[in-house]
Amino acid sequence: MIDKTVSNVSEALKGVKSNMTLLLGGFGLCGIPENAIAELVRLKITNLSCISNNAGVDDFGLGLLLQQKQIKKMTASYVGENEEFERQMLSGELEVELIPQGTLAERARAGQAGIPAFFTPAGFGTEIAEGKEVREFNGKMHVLENAFKADFGFIKAWKGDEAGNLIFKGSARNFNPVMCGAAKITVAEVEELVPAGTLDPNEIHVSGIFVQRIFEGINYEKRIEQRTVRSKT
Amino acid sequence: MALDKNGIAQRIAQELKNGYYVNLGIGIPTLVANYIPKEINVEFQSENGVLGMGPFPFEGEEDADLINAGKQTITTLKGASFFDSATSFAMIRGKHVDLTILGAMEVSQTGDIANWKIPGKMVKGMGGAMDLVASAENIIVAMMHTNRAGISKLLKKCTLPLTGVNCVKKIVTELAVLDIGPNGFILRETAPGVSVEQVIQATEGDLIHGDEVHEMSF
Repeated sequence: MIDKTVSNVSEALKGVKSNMTLLLGGFGLCGIPENAIAELVRLKITNLSCISNNAGVDDFGLGLLLQQKQIKKMTASYVGENEEFERQMLSGELEVELIPQGTLAERARAGQAGIPAFFTPAGFGTEIAEGKEVREFNGKMHVLENAFKADFGFIKAWKGDEAGNLIFKGSARNFNPVMCGAAKITVAEVEELVPAGTLDPNEIHVSGIFVQRIFEGINYEKRIEQRTVRSKT
Repeated sequence: MALDKNGIAQRIAQELKNGYYVNLGIGIPTLVANYIPKEINVEFQSENGVLGMGPFPFEGEEDADLINAGKQTITTLKGASFFDSATSFAMIRGKHVDLTILGAMEVSQTGDIANWKIPGKMVKGMGGAMDLVASAENIIVAMMHTNRAGISKLLKKCTLPLTGVNCVKKIVTELAVLDIGPNGFILRETAPGVSVEQVIQATEGDLIHGDEVHEMSF
């Protein structure tokens, strides 16, 4: 067993510096690496390029990094629900690249899988395709998209073991598995860290080979963005 | 009389077929789930990684780890599954999802759709819409026929940044059901009490209508 455990978040983020490119898992506020984001705020590093499906809300998730003006460039598919983001984008303080959600997922997966680029139909004929190579396959036009490369990947799982094997819960899985192994160093934070041999190998979602550091996170808030319920009557 | 949003959803629900996997966008499309005919089984896909999506949870049973693509708390039904985002879009791009229903700001008579950006005003991003419209064989747009200023949303050519080209097949509005044909919008049905003349007036693009225009039935 190759032990991937580190004792805490500050050890997990050792080597993270200003000007780096980071991949972050999560969809909205669901399944985001809360501990890693809090530590990035504490480290006060700046000029970060962040790749994540969303940019959090004003006072949570990546919104916390935006508040401190630590992000130089944001690559995302949807950035609503964040006034500070909109302000920084419109004033030109923040560079923003909006890309289709499936393209974002596949660019991460391609990075993980050693595929340098791929053709997708998404965005053909739109401003997203401007300046990109296009090609026809089976009578349909496609756009060439490149794999992501990053310095660090921060992801969140439900359970993990010392070997870095991960299991996710519900829709908190989202972008987390595809962002494992697409950066030089992938840091996984988990709600429950267990000894190797505890998890059933049949039920592992991400193999530990894609994870360099793993730690048990603390104080998960798991904020709900849109609480929708029905009544029992 | 023109339909309300629920009426639009109810009409679209008639397009569902037994065994369909369906992706519903935010807004009117979400309401379609309330009108599934009893005799058919469909499964709803949410692009953040859920297949077999159920209704909202009862109060007190919300789970922060279980949301839909609109970030709303949801439940799952028997037979549901979870998966990562790359797998989710493999279902979408790979045409495993049978029907996509989404809203739009504008649709052109050649099937182009614009629904993600108003330059200088609203820039929220396209989310999964570009992947959905680029791949789905079967796309229905659910929207109001005109915008708040009374200007037609069914145009010869879209004015806003496009989400996809030549992709929309069918449009259901509060006034009509229309298909995209080789020479413009084809009027198929009118809402109860709505005249063909009213639909023509509310449509900026070329509108073709034969004698075969029916009134919607519910």
